[in-house]
Amino acid sequence: MKIQDIKQLQQIANHIRIQAIKQVYKAQSGHPGGSLSIADILAVLYFNQMNIHEKEPNNPLRDRFILSKGHCSPALYAVLAERGFLDKKELETFRTIEGKLQGHPDMTKVPGVDMTTGSLGQGLSVANGMALNSKLNHDGYRVYCLLGDGEIEEGQVWEAAMTANKYHLDNLCVIIDNNQLQIDGTIQEVKGLENIEGKWNSFGFHTIVINGHDIQQIIDAFETAKMTKGKPTAIIAKTVKGKGVSFMENNVAWHGKAPNDEEYHIAMKELGEEEEEN
Amino acid sequence: MNIQINDENKKATRQSYGEALKTLGEKNPNIIVLDADLSGATKTSLFAKAFPERFFDIGISEQDLMGTAAGFATCNKIPYVSTFAMFAAGRAYDQIRNSICYPKLNVKICATHAGITVGEDGATHQMLEDISMMRTLPNMTVISPSDDVQTKWAIEEIAKVNGPVYVRLARLETPNIYQEANFTIGKGVQIGEGTDASIIATGVTVIEAIKAKQELEKQGIFVRVVDMHTIKPIDKELIIQCAKATKKIITIEDHSIIGGLGSSVCEVLAENYPTQVIRMGIPDTFGKSGKAEKLMEYFHITSQDIVQQVTGV
Repeated sequence: MKIQDIKQLQQIANHIRIQAIKQVYKAQSGHPGGSLSIADILAVLYFNQMNIHEKEPNNPLRDRFILSKGHCSPALYAVLAERGFLDKKELETFRTIEGKLQGHPDMTKVPGVDMTTGSLGQGLSVANGMALNSKLNHDGYRVYCLLGDGEIEEGQVWEAAMTANKYHLDNLCVIIDNNQLQIDGTIQEVKGLENIEGKWNSFGFHTIVINGHDIQQIIDAFETAKMTKGKPTAIIAKTVKGKGVSFMENNVAWHGKAPNDEEYHIAMKELGEEEEEN
Repeated sequence: MNIQINDENKKATRQSYGEALKTLGEKNPNIIVLDADLSGATKTSLFAKAFPERFFDIGISEQDLMGTAAGFATCNKIPYVSTFAMFAAGRAYDQIRNSICYPKLNVKICATHAGITVGEDGATHQMLEDISMMRTLPNMTVISPSDDVQTKWAIEEIAKVNGPVYVRLARLETPNIYQEANFTIGKGVQIGEGTDASIIATGVTVIEAIKAKQELEKQGIFVRVVDMHTIKPIDKELIIQCAKATKKIITIEDHSIIGGLGSSVCEVLAENYPTQVIRMGIPDTFGKSGKAEKLMEYFHITSQDIVQQVTGV
């Protein structure tokens, strides 16, 4: 499945946002802000870029995706449901003891989840292992790893960046969800984190800075990454935390909080979702 | 079990590991090996030389080391990962827990330089808590082999286990014990039928227990030794059987007495056959620099210390 139409991809991103908010609302628990900021990136990956098939979630030659910022699982579950890996009904079981959809993604429970994540900073090393395997076997598949900007404060990320550079992993593409916010404030306030592009660049990555909500820019960046040989690519996606829901946008309070009834209705209305009347 | 001690011919289990890994690499193309800048010391260099394309030196970054291995394991490779026990179980605990054990990935962590028998490097490099930390992790198997034959068996056997395994290896050279590799994961090896005491040992202390047994025999005291090469799953049956059959239970390990073999034995007996247990090992303290043999004397984990515990002298 490869959707080229920008409008259609925007609609999918919107569905991801709606389904993410619904999961968090239903569970009254979860992380809406960062789920909304990555919706456009996931729409492009799962509907335009990645070589995957919902009937063969374990095909050894498939492209892989690791959501290293595992707390944004609502967006991942939403895109997997949208793409047919999951029944949409299952989204209602998010964060419940009966369901498969854990607070953070569990590869042993959910088809289409390529790696279990949750403890920040660990995904890129795993992505390296997958990318190295692709090289060793001459399998040709690509590996995508999405990290939060706050997440790159973890030292392991830079250990992994050095490894990706050492092995010239041009089949690896890192995406930084650069929404500027982490739990205790902005990334500048909390860790003095600046010049993200320069950091990845100096670690040997081909870096591309884009508007992470512009579908065409996202597609172009992934295409450029594919053509980049001899080094891994890092796409720094400038995003808005809470994108699409006015009161959540750029508001750190919505990192890990569920909307109440009133907030939920406003959010659905803003995302253009018609609610069923009770 | 047929044993024959040859004090002239000593070998460290890390060396046996390196040799076994090379043999395994010849048989199984799915085996890959990762190290963190210690391949000369962990002996993965033997594999690296033979199979350079399947060897990955990740550098001084143990968290990355574990994660990279996890990534390979998701692709059905069988990664053997090595560094010192301190940096494997200690530095990378979160990665072992969340990126390996929780998703039950097939990563074999073969950690060398465990215990005070590391010697001169001292406390920062003497891992005394790894059995404790690794055995609490769900899905994890923990193995602590005692000699060359057992180590080579373990390294080959764990490739058949579907899931993570932690193997605890030593730097200290010790004599070979066994003639043949007649072992089963999860089943301790009983040496002797003596009923005066059971000496339950693991890793480098097994040879000490055997020497104590031989010494005690001269005094007319007959003990049995249990080589508990698998710490998890622990051989409950054998422990209970020993408690029923012998007058004393003594555990000995080159590890903290908190959380290690001694604790494992106590847990089994407390729940099944309440028995007094004497735990020999490193008390609640850090190690220190010195020659390995001297440190064993200092921390009272030699054959002579066992003899004293048994005779009460």
